[in-house]
Amino acid sequence: MAISDKTRDEARQLIARYPKPRSALLPMLHLVQSEQGYVSPEGIGMCAELLGLTKAEVGAVATFYTMYKRRPVGDYHVGVCTNTLCAVMGGDAIYAALKEHLGVSGQDAVTDDGKVSLEHVECNAACDYAPVVMVNWEFFDNQTPQSAKALVDDLRAGRPVKPTRGADSVVTFKQAERVLAGFYDGLADEGVAAGPASLEGLKR
Amino acid sequence: MTSILTPVLMANWGDDRPWTLDGYGGDYKAARKALAMDPDAIIQLVKDSGLRGRGGAGFPTGNKWGFIPQGDGKPHYLVVNADESEPGTCKDIPLMLANPHVLIEGVLIASYAIRANHAFIYIRGEVLHVVRRLQAAVQEAYAAKLLGEGLFGSDYSLDVVVHAGAGAYICGEETALLDSLEGYRGQPRLRPPFPAIEGLYASPTVINNVESIASVPAIVDKGVEWFRGFGTEKSPGFTLYSLSGHVTRPGQYEAPLGVTLRQLLDVAGGVREGHQLKFWTPGGSSTPILTAEHLDIPLDYEGVGAAGSMLGTKALQIFDDTTCVVRAVLRWTEFYAHESCGKCTPCREGTYWMVQILDRLEKGEGDAQDIDTLLDACDNILGRSFCALGDGATSPITSSVQYFKDEYVAHWEQGGCPFDPSASTLFAANSGAES
Repeated sequence: MAISDKTRDEARQLIARYPKPRSALLPMLHLVQSEQGYVSPEGIGMCAELLGLTKAEVGAVATFYTMYKRRPVGDYHVGVCTNTLCAVMGGDAIYAALKEHLGVSGQDAVTDDGKVSLEHVECNAACDYAPVVMVNWEFFDNQTPQSAKALVDDLRAGRPVKPTRGADSVVTFKQAERVLAGFYDGLADEGVAAGPASLEGLKR
Repeated sequence: MTSILTPVLMANWGDDRPWTLDGYGGDYKAARKALAMDPDAIIQLVKDSGLRGRGGAGFPTGNKWGFIPQGDGKPHYLVVNADESEPGTCKDIPLMLANPHVLIEGVLIASYAIRANHAFIYIRGEVLHVVRRLQAAVQEAYAAKLLGEGLFGSDYSLDVVVHAGAGAYICGEETALLDSLEGYRGQPRLRPPFPAIEGLYASPTVINNVESIASVPAIVDKGVEWFRGFGTEKSPGFTLYSLSGHVTRPGQYEAPLGVTLRQLLDVAGGVREGHQLKFWTPGGSSTPILTAEHLDIPLDYEGVGAAGSMLGTKALQIFDDTTCVVRAVLRWTEFYAHESCGKCTPCREGTYWMVQILDRLEKGEGDAQDIDTLLDACDNILGRSFCALGDGATSPITSSVQYFKDEYVAHWEQGGCPFDPSASTLFAANSGAES
């Protein structure tokens, strides 16, 4: 899919934010995902062209980072933490349950309807809320296999879901990637300041 | 009630909209005070406070700032390491979610002190709402003229960029972070030159952890004596201890450096009901595990070091008697193998092979020689890797063999794992309480 003029223009805006242009490469790759849903060959081409790099140089960077996808993921990308603490607290059971429930296997596998993709993620810095599930990088804390299955059912049915600590509803993968690229979406005032575990130390 | 807890960084997390400038107090009072001071006096103040880096290594923050050459004609940079990814570590993310302005105020003070006009907050990408809160707070600070040109009537200017990473634990290593911020694969750099001399864009650069920088406004505001009133002589101040896992009330507990896990568990309601503490990490998975015999060691840099581990990020992951230590260590080792950047051979190859061996052991298909091979591999990684990732990968293995060798043996003697993984889950605890 060709890169739009708007994306190209926004990529130039990102470059202008940094003392040296190449620093914009990671944000630009997020931006590519915000339009294409993954790091497409056209997106790599755009980054290379605007930064004066070869496609191989851009590809070498894109393939290093796990958030950059080489194939399209679902509208809702679900990450289950299976690092030790979450795994022990139930992350392994949640991941197994979701794989079976969604009928997918392998990292970043997408459901037939293209709605949901599944990945097991490393520690997402929410250990006091273990086991943790992420949807488009929003927190769903203290999950169980049942709650996680209900969550993906809602996502596939197009019903709104509310993160535990995040915006009032989950934006799409592409919308999330635009924020990560550095274009604020105005949703910071939604959601809680802190979850219950974050506040435990204020109660005692 | 006398509590061991001393909420400073987290004091306003329960307030109304603390992430907004209004919720934060409407002004950067400490930065205003700092910008009226001589920059060197601020560096001296932070040196005198004894603040040590909260990202794991505990290096004195003021000394780091003091290493920046002045009058060298080069641009200087401040880079905040907000790439919180060390397994178990979950303090900077809630801090930035609830109180992003304390970080930005700290950035302003630190940048002024080291004469930087450009600062970057490198935050891991996998925390969308935290990125939003930082972006909004930076915008708000610009609008209130707390960032930008001519701050507080001075001729000092500062630009701050929020930069989201893309999923790589190694970028928490400061020189890998710099490569990543420059648009490369995140791989660590050879030192020297150190970042203070040649960091971002080969210019003098300070890289500090979120909590370190966020501690600075209170120090400037309330002074060195106040800060040194907390903690110990060599590890002064307060810090966020993060309790997770098999504890009654997991969460963030801010306390003076030097408290013990026993004291923290007391306020957190103890280990999960009906169970005993089996092992714990003092500061993330890269710090050797400890056991119930270490409940009374002071959780400061010296105390944990003397017990054969490291304070690290103060990520206290608590595991009770339902947890299989071999499974825990296998999973951590898989993490290190996945996150190894591939630059150096001991880490890249070593972590790969250690996963194979641990996998075999966990299935009950290993033998005594596997333990020797594991320890031998650790010996060839520790101190021989390019950066601390490789060193960290050996910590869970060597410490678990030290304390729980019998459990490794039990796996091959019984031909499988003696533990029921469902017994360790959060929902097992729930169902137990209900029935």
